[in-house]
Amino acid sequence: MSDLLTLAGVHTHIGRYHILQGVDLAVPEGQTTMLLGRNGAGKTTTLRTIMGLWPASRGEIRLGGERIEASTTPDIARLGVGYVPESMAVFSDLTVRENLVLGARDGDLDEARLDWIFGFFPALRRFWLSRAGALSGGQKQMLSIARAIVEPRKLLLIDEPTKGLAPAIVMALIECLKEIKRRGATILLVEQNFHAARELGDTVLVMDNGTIVHRGPMAELAEDVALQERLLGLSLETHQ
Amino acid sequence: MMILSGDPPRSRLLAVLLIVIVALLLATPWLFPGAKPMNVAVKICVFAVLVASYDLLLGYTGTVSFAHTMFYGIGSYAVAIALYGMGPSWAAIGTGIVIGLPLAMLLALAIGLFSLRVAAIFFAMITLAVASAFQVLASQLSWLTGGEDGRTFRLPELLRPGTVVVSKDAFGFEINGRTLTYYLIFAVSVLLILALLRVVNSPFGRVLQAIRENRFRAEALGYRTVFHLTYANCIAATVAACAGILNAIWLRYVGPDTSLSFSIMLDILLMVVIGGMGTIYGAIIGAGIFIIAQNYLQTLMGTASTAAADAGLPLLPGLLHPDRWLLWLGLLFIASVYFFPTGVVGRLRRAKEGAG
Amino acid sequence: MTDTATSSEALPKPKRDFLPVLLPAAFALLMLPLVGSASSWATLLAASLAMGMMIFIMASGLTLVFGLMDVLNFGHGAFIAVGAYVATLVFLPLAGWSQADSLASNLAVLVPAAVLAMGVTALLGLLVERVLILPVYGQHLKQILMTTGGLIVAEQSLYALWGPQIIPMPLPASLRGSFIFGDVAVAKYRVLAMLIGLVVFIAIQLVLNRTKIGLLIRAGVENREMVEALGYRIRRLFLGVFMVGSSLAGLGGVMWGLYREQVHASIGDELTVLVFIVVIIGGLGSIGGCFIGALLVAMVANFGGFLVPKLALVSNILLMVAILMWRPRGLYAVTSR
Repeated sequence: MSDLLTLAGVHTHIGRYHILQGVDLAVPEGQTTMLLGRNGAGKTTTLRTIMGLWPASRGEIRLGGERIEASTTPDIARLGVGYVPESMAVFSDLTVRENLVLGARDGDLDEARLDWIFGFFPALRRFWLSRAGALSGGQKQMLSIARAIVEPRKLLLIDEPTKGLAPAIVMALIECLKEIKRRGATILLVEQNFHAARELGDTVLVMDNGTIVHRGPMAELAEDVALQERLLGLSLETHQ
Repeated sequence: MMILSGDPPRSRLLAVLLIVIVALLLATPWLFPGAKPMNVAVKICVFAVLVASYDLLLGYTGTVSFAHTMFYGIGSYAVAIALYGMGPSWAAIGTGIVIGLPLAMLLALAIGLFSLRVAAIFFAMITLAVASAFQVLASQLSWLTGGEDGRTFRLPELLRPGTVVVSKDAFGFEINGRTLTYYLIFAVSVLLILALLRVVNSPFGRVLQAIRENRFRAEALGYRTVFHLTYANCIAATVAACAGILNAIWLRYVGPDTSLSFSIMLDILLMVVIGGMGTIYGAIIGAGIFIIAQNYLQTLMGTASTAAADAGLPLLPGLLHPDRWLLWLGLLFIASVYFFPTGVVGRLRRAKEGAG
Repeated sequence: MTDTATSSEALPKPKRDFLPVLLPAAFALLMLPLVGSASSWATLLAASLAMGMMIFIMASGLTLVFGLMDVLNFGHGAFIAVGAYVATLVFLPLAGWSQADSLASNLAVLVPAAVLAMGVTALLGLLVERVLILPVYGQHLKQILMTTGGLIVAEQSLYALWGPQIIPMPLPASLRGSFIFGDVAVAKYRVLAMLIGLVVFIAIQLVLNRTKIGLLIRAGVENREMVEALGYRIRRLFLGVFMVGSSLAGLGGVMWGLYREQVHASIGDELTVLVFIVVIIGGLGSIGGCFIGALLVAMVANFGGFLVPKLALVSNILLMVAILMWRPRGLYAVTSR
């Protein structure tokens, strides 16, 4: 199977700070790749750089063979990339419905797909016409993910979706992402929750100081306790 | 160089320019004793100080404020009202200073603290609104300020034009009260600018620059940016008020159009941008260029305009009319902000680095 | 699969923030005993409503541009002045129709004047956005400086083209005079101004709330980045909003010129301060806040001017301070900044 997304020698500077210092990674098509690492390692910066929100100062980014490191954010999104930022970024003043309408770019909302989404996140149907700002943290996260999947995407970039959420909601999220996986989506997932990572990840990348320090199958990491401990030192949380 | 607080011009051409300007200013009463050159020279001194104090805000903290003329006006009016009300005495000048400077500082403090509470993005707009209101207020309180007509007053005897200190027979030119006033203003201006150089090159000044570069990082490093910005505001306001006092003493007149009008604010902006933001020296260069141009270029424009009118050309007479000189300066201003954000001083310094 | 956290919650009612809406009415009622006479009060109220609508029209573009594009345009007053001057290009030659006592011929002057003014200011907006704002996008300091420079150049150009004198622009004949309601005379022009303002307000609300473009604008005011990440080229929308904002300012200028029956470049400066106060009071990016803010500012100017003439602009500063102390980001702060 081929790689849908590749980064080669990518550097990103924010002002004076050299955050990404030569990132090489590949995200195989149809699989979920976990991006792990401690705070400040550069995980969010990697996602933002792929998305074009911060320009790469050096290096190549290819999506399906096409170079995108110099493309604008809207153009990258139009290539079929969905982005769920760490801050969720739901539009508080808009209703749940309006948030999803924006996610459905050119077309209208697909009823069948909506029903499928409501299956995972029934709250979104309940609060359909309410202001997104009135939702709880967990519900906002659901909305943010729903907005990214309201239309099929080639690649999903998801940044710490389970952060600060109650365990039950985390389970709902994991189920949803598993289902999306089943439907053939490619996902690059940043997570600190090791349990979620283990459930979802096929491949794992570990990041430290702006570069990738480990890459390998998730199965291998899940078996190897010593390896986990070494990487645990990079503060991966083990959950039940 | 200790006296320049370790902040030398860093460009031979700039140093030469500055020395020439200072030397000419020093020698003006002797070389060009007429009324107009003396007025131009004083204006350069006063505005160099005023613009330098604004540079502290704009160039060193990155804050745009439109309230600066208000502090200038407070200084002018304080001394004018005192001399008008108390009669021409040194005590009156003293009173004016003692009331004007703290008033300016307190107002700067109030604006600074208030703007902390509100979104930072509003600061420039708020200062514009406050300055406008203050200008209207000054016109309205005519019992105090003389309204639209302003206040005319006399100076203590030593500073009056009529007082002859050294008569013409001694050196070939007369040293009178006016000359003394001139040198007083010149000396105070030099001192104030040297003081500002000291401020921006102190640890405090370096923190200001850090805040200008990246406010969040400065906060993260533990600096209470709130205090630093407010403190800078107060210093700038106080120095501006000093400039106002000097101006009032020279003109022996104060009024809304000479002390509070928005066009003064625009002039300050032009001078600081053209001269070079964040350099202090830029204020001197900018003030020099601007005021000389303002006084002598306008005559040139007038001739050109009449010539164009005589030649029957369309549009040109209107565009070249001396009253429209602000139009050209505005264009120069926009070009400076975009193409030469470091101003004349920046250009000269870069040229030196490029060549060296 | 249930969402256990919310299974027993009722649908949250959108908590509408009504307090600011009540402010203008409360202020007006407060003024009644202070003014004393009901007919004076009614006249002042009419003046406030008319002036408020005009200021709202001028400020609405600015608050959207400011909130959406994060652009500080200190030259907004230039559009107001230019609009007024362009209107004279229609009014002066067609003075005959304007002074004829026929609504039809009056409108034949009024409408083209307004349309031309709006068109020219929209084009000027295009020029300003491309030349002054785009090059320094994201740098607030330079934006303020460049646009202030633009204001100077615009004003001086107006003086160069039209001369520094005040140009009279008399009201069309059929708009003179007042409607009489018992004791109270309400100027016909004021009623027209109120109507136009209301129409603009409703039109903006419809676009913002019922169209996809409006959706993008509302979302973009909150989080521009996320809208781009969803695949929308919102920068193009910016230019459109800027041009609409400028043309609205131009319309406001025409209306103000007719209100004062004279046109001069200084109205740019005069109104810039009031428009800024309105935008600050209302909150960046909020049309509703802008509307309420404009009403309040107009009321303070008119009633304040009646009760304490000396305080004039200062009273509006006090209003601004009071509101910011209550809500530091304005009445309805929409943006995430």
